[in-house]
Amino acid sequence: MTKPWSRFAAPASFYPLTGRLIPVFWVLAAAFILIALYWGFFETPDQLGGSNAQKGYYRIIFIHVGAAWMSMWLYAMLVAWAAVGLVFKTRLSFMMANAIAPTGAIFTFLALWTGAIWGRPSWGTYWDWDPRLTSELILFFLYIGYIALHSAIDDNRRADRAASLLAIVGLVMVPVIFWSINCPDPNQCAALHQRSGLRKVDGNILFAMLTMTLGFWMYSFATTLMRVRSMILTREAETAWVQDLVRAPERG
Amino acid sequence: MMTKMLEFISQGGYAGYVWSAYGMTMTLLFIETVGLRRGNRAILARLQRLLRLCNAGDKQ
Repeated sequence: MTKPWSRFAAPASFYPLTGRLIPVFWVLAAAFILIALYWGFFETPDQLGGSNAQKGYYRIIFIHVGAAWMSMWLYAMLVAWAAVGLVFKTRLSFMMANAIAPTGAIFTFLALWTGAIWGRPSWGTYWDWDPRLTSELILFFLYIGYIALHSAIDDNRRADRAASLLAIVGLVMVPVIFWSINCPDPNQCAALHQRSGLRKVDGNILFAMLTMTLGFWMYSFATTLMRVRSMILTREAETAWVQDLVRAPERG
Repeated sequence: MMTKMLEFISQGGYAGYVWSAYGMTMTLLFIETVGLRRGNRAILARLQRLLRLCNAGDKQ
């Protein structure tokens, strides 16, 4: 029985589809990121008020929050594809999980990097073993561990299964990061990660933050699909359709 | 005009912090993009070479 969604589960039909989708995601990513940069730098106040006044360096927020959200979201997506792969034994799902990992690791690193740079003028230190910083660092190691474990096993099928299991176990870190807040009451301590809600954020700042996140998201779609394309070509090099494609690459 | 630009670059005295955060982000995203493009082309080129070799072998 063929279900409509399973049509694109075959690498042979997914490959040309990605060829059409990738340029769209690039355009969207560039547009969202440029709008967010413009808005973040020219349409927001130079200084934030509140109990812990933030000067110009708060502009790091636009990439910091976007990167941190993407680091968790991409990990959740990686685990979702890994789980689908384990349950339905579909090759493409494992490839998707595998293709998300490097981009996720990059965003996790960026969340840590921009957070450290923000922490220096705000907290007075680049690093502290704050719960959220620590759990984000562990997430970074999980991404690295997933990539390392997968590349350490030569047989792709075994590598897929082993790395997927590691990823699923590591999913426990995502809610930990989300709820790890050291400072429930901003009046009693000046921590960067306070309990906050989107409604408490100024509209202009929220707009730049969300637009940047959307840009990062579109970027992740583009890079993941590009990586999947390379993987499909490598893993399916022996099949007839890849050899047809290699003869006439412009069709892909 | 000039002073406005300098003011923008200085980011209220936090230029080092703001630009190193944005610089690292844009650099990593750029490197990833370029690497993926190159990787994709390299694989296609390698497969094309392999195919040519196979075809040449068949004719002999």
